[in-house]
Amino acid sequence: MLESIKLPITVKADVNLVLVALTLMGLVTRLCGINFPKAVVFDEVYYGQFVSLYMKQLFFIDESGPPLGHMILALGAYLGGFDGNFVWDRIGAEYTSNVPVWSLRVIPALAGALCVPLGYQVMVELRYSHLTAVGATLLLLLENALIVQSRFMLLESLLIFFLLTAVLFYLRFHNAYSSGERSLTLWVWLVMSGVSCACALGVKYTGVFTYMLLLGLAVFHTWQLIGNQALSNALVMVQVMVRSFALLILPVLCYFGFFYVHLSLLCRSGPHDPMMSSAFQASLEVTWCMAYSVQMFFCMYSFLCFFSVCPASYSVSNLCAEFQGGLSRITQWQPLEVAYGSQVTLRSVSSKPVPCWLHSHRVNYPIRYEDGRGSSHQQQITCYPFKDVNNWWVIKDPGRQELVVSSPPQTVKHGDIIQLVHGMTSRFLNTHDVAAPVSPHLQEVSGYIDFNVSMPSQNLWKVEILNRESERAVWKTIYSEVQLVHVNTSAVLKLSGASLPEWGFRQLEVVGDKLSKGYQQRWAWNVEEHRYGRSHEQKEREQELHSPTHIDISRNLTFIDKFLEVQLKMLTMKIEETEHKYSSSPLEWVTMDTNIVYWLHPSSNAQIHLIGNIVTWTFANLGLALFSLLFIWYLLRRRRNIHDIPEETWHQFVQAGAVCAGGWVVNYLPFFMMEKTLFLYHYLPALTFKILLLSVVIEHLHVHIFRSSLQRRSLEGVLLAGLALVYVCYHTLSPFTYGYPELSSEDIPFLRWRESWDILIRQH
Amino acid sequence: MESQRCQIQPAGKEDLCTLRRRKGGGKTSEREAIRAGRLGGSEGANGRPAAASEDTNGRPVEEKRSLQDGHRRTGTCSVLALVAVLSLITRFYKILEPPHICWDETHFGKMGSYYINRTFFFDVHPPLGKMLIGLAGHLTGYDGSFPFIRPGDKYEDHDYWGMRGFCALLGSCLPPVAYLTVQELSRSSTAALIAAATLVFDTGCITISQYILLDPILMFFIMGSVLCTVKFNQQRHRPFSAPWWLWLVLTGVNLAGALGVKFVGLFVIMLVGLNTAWDLWRLLGDLDLPLAEFWKHLSARVFGLILLPLTLYIMIFAVHFVVLKKSGPGDGFFSSAFQSRLIGNNLHNASMPEYLAYGSTVTVKNIRIAGGYLHSHWHLYPEGVGARQQQVTGYLHKDYNNLWLVQRPNNSEDLSRTPDLVRHGDVIRLEHKETTRFLHSHLHKAPLTKKHLQVTGYGINGTGDPNDLWQVEVCGGRQGDPVKVLRSKVRFLHRATGCVLYSTGKTLPKWGWEQVEVTCSPYLKETPNSQWNIEDHINHKLPNISLSLLKPSFLEILVESHIVMIRGNSGLKPKDHESSSKPWHWPVNYQGLRFSGVNETEYRVYLLGNPVIWWLNLLSIGLYLLMATTAAVLLQRGVQLGGRSQERCQVLLDGGGLLFLGWLLHYLPFYTMGRILYYHHYFPAMLFSSMLTGITLDILLQCGDLLFPLAVARHLHRVAQGLLLAAFIYSFYLFHPLSYGMRGPLAHDPASAMAGLRWMESWEF
Repeated sequence: MLESIKLPITVKADVNLVLVALTLMGLVTRLCGINFPKAVVFDEVYYGQFVSLYMKQLFFIDESGPPLGHMILALGAYLGGFDGNFVWDRIGAEYTSNVPVWSLRVIPALAGALCVPLGYQVMVELRYSHLTAVGATLLLLLENALIVQSRFMLLESLLIFFLLTAVLFYLRFHNAYSSGERSLTLWVWLVMSGVSCACALGVKYTGVFTYMLLLGLAVFHTWQLIGNQALSNALVMVQVMVRSFALLILPVLCYFGFFYVHLSLLCRSGPHDPMMSSAFQASLEVTWCMAYSVQMFFCMYSFLCFFSVCPASYSVSNLCAEFQGGLSRITQWQPLEVAYGSQVTLRSVSSKPVPCWLHSHRVNYPIRYEDGRGSSHQQQITCYPFKDVNNWWVIKDPGRQELVVSSPPQTVKHGDIIQLVHGMTSRFLNTHDVAAPVSPHLQEVSGYIDFNVSMPSQNLWKVEILNRESERAVWKTIYSEVQLVHVNTSAVLKLSGASLPEWGFRQLEVVGDKLSKGYQQRWAWNVEEHRYGRSHEQKEREQELHSPTHIDISRNLTFIDKFLEVQLKMLTMKIEETEHKYSSSPLEWVTMDTNIVYWLHPSSNAQIHLIGNIVTWTFANLGLALFSLLFIWYLLRRRRNIHDIPEETWHQFVQAGAVCAGGWVVNYLPFFMMEKTLFLYHYLPALTFKILLLSVVIEHLHVHIFRSSLQRRSLEGVLLAGLALVYVCYHTLSPFTYGYPELSSEDIPFLRWRESWDILIRQH
Repeated sequence: MESQRCQIQPAGKEDLCTLRRRKGGGKTSEREAIRAGRLGGSEGANGRPAAASEDTNGRPVEEKRSLQDGHRRTGTCSVLALVAVLSLITRFYKILEPPHICWDETHFGKMGSYYINRTFFFDVHPPLGKMLIGLAGHLTGYDGSFPFIRPGDKYEDHDYWGMRGFCALLGSCLPPVAYLTVQELSRSSTAALIAAATLVFDTGCITISQYILLDPILMFFIMGSVLCTVKFNQQRHRPFSAPWWLWLVLTGVNLAGALGVKFVGLFVIMLVGLNTAWDLWRLLGDLDLPLAEFWKHLSARVFGLILLPLTLYIMIFAVHFVVLKKSGPGDGFFSSAFQSRLIGNNLHNASMPEYLAYGSTVTVKNIRIAGGYLHSHWHLYPEGVGARQQQVTGYLHKDYNNLWLVQRPNNSEDLSRTPDLVRHGDVIRLEHKETTRFLHSHLHKAPLTKKHLQVTGYGINGTGDPNDLWQVEVCGGRQGDPVKVLRSKVRFLHRATGCVLYSTGKTLPKWGWEQVEVTCSPYLKETPNSQWNIEDHINHKLPNISLSLLKPSFLEILVESHIVMIRGNSGLKPKDHESSSKPWHWPVNYQGLRFSGVNETEYRVYLLGNPVIWWLNLLSIGLYLLMATTAAVLLQRGVQLGGRSQERCQVLLDGGGLLFLGWLLHYLPFYTMGRILYYHHYFPAMLFSSMLTGITLDILLQCGDLLFPLAVARHLHRVAQGLLLAAFIYSFYLFHPLSYGMRGPLAHDPASAMAGLRWMESWEF
C-alpha cells in the first residue's frame, strides 16, 4: 500500500506570469483607494437601501432586478459588519462611521478586477494568440468606464464578470470536447457555464440576452453533434440530455435557488408587504420579529406584575394573553410603517389605570356640566379599555383629501404634521382652549367636524417619536412610542387618569396638556392594530373597519408559490416613467455622447464621472465596422466557392464573431425596444464584448490581410501608437475616474471633450 | 371508377415529372434520384415482413398519389367553388344589420366620407384602405354626407351598404385564397379544406369582415402577398418565364397594398423579404448558375419586390394628396408650408404683414414636425409638478388659445405710430391673449424632461417679472434682421436663465390634456425642437402682403406625412384606467371586442373567434412545433425515411415553416409595442395560424398509416376529416349569434340564445 506513494510529493505549477501581472494591474486599478469618497456615490443610494434591508432581514421587493446582485452586495456588508443603520436618501451624503465602506465596495471591485484576466482567457479560448489576448486585456484594463463602474457598490461589474465566466467556461467545454477530451472536468466546465449564466441572470435581467446567445451557440453545436451519423443514437441522446440539463434546467434551478435564499433571508415583514397577498404576508415572520425586544419587555413586565404587586388583575391577564401569542397573531399581518391613509388603533403606552385605546363615539359633550361650566358641545373623545370598532382612526395628510394609502405608501415620520380622522364618524381629533370635563386645568379634546361654524378647527397634530433612532425616523407599528403635540396650542394628547361620569359611559378622559415636560408614559401612544386604508367612500371604510385586520390563512405557502408571487410582482410592478437627469438613449452610447456624474465633492472640484476611454471606444467602433465588412465579404465569396482564408481560420473567425460581435449585438440592440429609463452604464457589457472583438479583428488583419512584412511592421507601429494613446487617454481622464487629484476650475474645461458631456465646475 | 383513375393518373404524373426534369436541369433529377434511392432503401431497412412492406410502401404509394392527383384535377375546382360560395354567404348574410355605426366604422366611414368630400384629415394609417372605402361608397351612391359622429348613430337613408359590401367582399376572398395557398404548399386538398373551413366558420373572421373597417382590406392584401409568393416559389424552375414574372409583380402589388392600408403590412413584407433572401442565398450557392445570371435574379427581385411596391405606395400618397385638397380637421398636425396647399386654410394664398412687429397677434408653431402650436389655457400645473402656475403646452389643433401678443419688455408701445418691427436680438415678452399671462420660465424642472426647465404662464394684465423676457433670434440671421412671418426660423432665448424655448414632443399626462410638453432647454444646440416659426400674424396697422409660401415638393410632404403618422402611432398610449388588451390574450381567445350594443335591449355584436377553431389553432401550433422538431431531428440524424414520410417532412418544414414564420412575424412584434393594443390586431396572425392548422392536422392524420394498415388509415383519415368539419360547423351554429347579432338577455340568463356558451368568464356577451 505504502509503496505506491512516491516520495517526495511534488507539485509542478505552470504560472502564466503575464496573466498574473495583468491580474495584479487589474486589482490595483480597481481596488486602490475604494473607500474614497466616503460618501454615497450615484446608484449606491439605490442599492444601499436593499443592503440595509438585508442586514435587518426585512422583506422588500425590487422591480429592477432579481436578488442575486443585491445579495452579493449584502454579503460584503455582512462581512464588514454593517448593521444596516444608514439613511440612504441622497447622493453625496457622508457615510457615518458604522458603514464599512471598503467592504461594501470590495466585492464589485474584485469582480471588476477579475474581468481583466477573464478577457485574456476568453481570447485564448477563442484560439487567438497570447499577444492578442494581452492587447485585449490591456484595453479592458485601461477602460475608464469599466473602472468607475467597478469601484462602487454597483452591479454592472458583477454582471460582466458572470457574463465572461459563462462564455469562458462554455468555450473551454466546447474546445475540450471537440479536441476529443472526455473527462470529468469537461462536464464541470459545462455545468460552471450554466451556473454562471444563472448568476448573470440573477444579477440583472439583461443577463438573459447573453444567456440566449450562449444557448444559441450550444444549440448550434449540439445540432452538429446530432448530425454526426458516426455517433450512436444513445450517445447523442445522452449528450443532448446532459447539455440541456446543464444549460437549461440547472440555470433555472439556480435561479430558484437565489430566490430561495432571498426569501429565507428576508423573513421579516418590511416596507413592501402591502403589495403582497395576505397569504404571503402571513408567511413572513411578522413584525413581531422586528419589535420583539419591546414585546419581551412587555411580557416580562406583565409577568412581574402577575407575580408581585399589580393592582388591576384585568390588565395583567389581558396583556399576557395578548403578548404570549395573541398580539403576534393580531399584528403579524400588519404593515410596519405607518403611512398617510393608515387605519390604526392608538393605544396608550401607560397601562394605568387600564390599558386603553383612543376612542370616540356619536355622543357630544353635554352643553353644561354639573358644575355649571360650559363645553364645546362637540363629539366626545375618550380612552376605552375594550376592543371596539370605534377605536379606529385614520391618519390623514392635511394637504390631501383622500383617506387612502397612496402607492407607494407615504410614511409618517418624526416631526410630520397629521390629522386624525375618526373612522366611523369622520370627526377630526381636535383640541382647543376649553376646559376639559373632569380636569378643568387641562384642555378639552373633541371630535370636530365643520358643522358648527362657531369654533375654528384646530386639528393639526405633530408626531414626535419618543424612541426614535434618527431625526427622520418613520412611525412604526407597535414599536414607536409617539407623542401627539397640538400645533396651535402645543398641548400634548394625554390620558388624564380620571374617568368620565355617566354621560361619558365611565370611559377614561383624554385631554390636552400644555405643561408637558420630560417623558411620561401617559402621553405616549403606540399604533397597535394597523392596516393600509383602501376605501375611498365612508360606507366602504366602515365595512373595512368592521373586518378583522388579519385573515386566517394557513401559513404553509410553498416556496414555489412564494417565488411565483414575488417574481410576478417584480415583473409587473408599474414603474413610473420618469426621465432622470443623466438618462440617455442607446443611440448616444456608441459614440459616448453622454456621461453620468457619479459624485461631486461638496466643496471642491473633485468629481467622479462615468466616462469611458474615448480612444478605446472609437477603435472598438472601427473594429466592429471592419469585422462586419470582412464577414460579409468572406461569407458571400465562400458561397461562390472562393476561399480567401483557410477553412480553420474561417471557423475561428466565425466563432469569435458569434461570441464577441454577437455579444455586442445582444447586449445592445434590445435596449432600443425597452421603455425604461436607460443610462450609459447599460452599455458596458456590450462594450466589453466589443473591445474583445477589436483584438480579434486586429489579429486577423495582421495575419491574413497584411501579408507583406512592411505592412505588418506599419500595423505594429500603429498598434503601439494606439496603445500609447489609450494609456494617455486613461491617464488624462483618471481624475474623473478616481475622484482625485482634484482639478482646478481652469483645467476642467480642457477635459470636456464633448459638448454634450455634463461636467460640473464649481464657481468660487 | 377509382381504379380507372388510378391507371390513367400515373401516366400523367410521369409526363409532368419528365417535363419538369427537362426544364429544371440536373438539380431536380438528382433529387428525384435520391428520393427514389431512399424509397428503395427504406423498404429493406423497414424490418417488416416483405409482404407488409410491399403493401405499405409499394403499389399503394402510387395509388395514393394518383388519388391526390384525382382530387386535384376534379375536386379542387368544385371544392374551391364551394368554399367561395360558403364564404360569400357567411359574410354577406345580414350585412346591413345593424343599421347603425359599429365600433371603428365611426373612424373609417368618416374618413371614407372625407375622400368623397375631398377634405384633408389626419390618420395614423396610410391612406389606401380609406381611399378604397371612399371609392366603394362613391360608386354605390353614397354622397359623403353622413357625419359618422359616434358608434350607435343610425344610418337612416344613407347608402352604407356599398362600403360594407366592399369590405365583406374582400373578407370573403380570404378562405379561397387560404385554400389555394395551403393547396400549393402541401399538395393536399385535405389540408387546404381544413384551412379554408377554419376561416369560413370562424365567427371572428366573419364579424371583422362585415363592417367598414381596414382589417378585411389589410388581410386581403396580406393573404394575396402570401399566395403570390408561394406561387412564385413554385415557378423557381422556370425563371423569367411569363408566370414567374406575373407572380413576382403580383406579389409586389399586394405588398404595396398591404403597406398602403396599415403599417402592419410591414410584417408581411418582412416575411416575403426573408423568403426572398433565402431564395437568393440558394441561387448564390448554385455554382452552376453564372454570376451574371444571379445578378439578373437579384435585380428582378429588387424591381418586383422593392421598386415596384415603393412606386405604387408613393402613388397612393400622390392620389391621396391630389384628392384631398380642401382644408379640414387634420391641418394643425402639419407644417405651415404643408397647410398652404389646402384650399380654405388660412395659409392658402395667405396675405398678412410680412415682418413680425410689436403689438401683433401671432401663433407660434414649432418647426419639428407635429411639434404643435405654442399654447396655454386656464389650467395650472398640478401640485408637485414644478411651480403651480399656468400650463404652457404644444397643441396640434388650431384654437384661439394658440394666440399670443408680441410686446416690448416695458410695455411702452406707442399706439399711434406704425409699429416697430421685431428684430434679431430684440428682447420681447409674449402675452397669452386669452389669459393675459406672460410666457415665463424659471429654475424648476420641466414636468417630463427633467433636464429642462419648466415653462409657465405668469403675471396678469401687463405686470410680470424679469423671467418673462425672451430674446428673439433668427436662425442664421444677424443683429437687426427683421423676422419674416412663416419663413424665418426663430429661437426664443430666455434672458434670465439662458435656456431656449423647446418642444420635446412628449405627451403630457391627463392633467395636461395629453398635449405636447413645452420646456426651456439649457442645451443650445440648434434642433427643430427649439426652432419656431410665426404662422398667423395679425396687425391691423401694417399692410397685408400676399405671401406665396415656398410650395413644398411632393417628396417633402410625403416624408412629413410619414413622420406625423409615426409620431401619431407611438402617441396612442393606453390612457389611465383603460385596460389595454395583452398579446397573450389573443391566441387563447381570452376576450373579444364589443362591436355594438352593451345591454339586454340593444342589438349586440361581439367580435370573438369561434372558440373551437381558435383553441384548435392554438393546439396545432404546439403540435406543429413537436412534429417539425421530430422531422428536423430525423432528417439531421439521416434516418432513412420512406418516400412518403420524406415528403411529409419536407412539407412540414418548408410549407409549415413559411406559415409558422408568418404567424411569428405577425404576432411577436406586438409584445414590444408600447401603443394601445386591441384584440383585432391578432387577425392577420390568426390567418397564418389557421393555414398552419390545415397542414399540421393533415399530416398528423396522414401519419395514421404508420400505425394502421393503409386501408384503415385512409378510412380513419376520411372520418377524422369529416369529424373536424362537423365540429367546425356545429360550433359555428352555436356561436353564430356573436356575428349576426343577438338581442334579449345576456348569456348568464338561461333564456338567452347564448345560454351556456359563455365558456370563459372574460367573454362579455
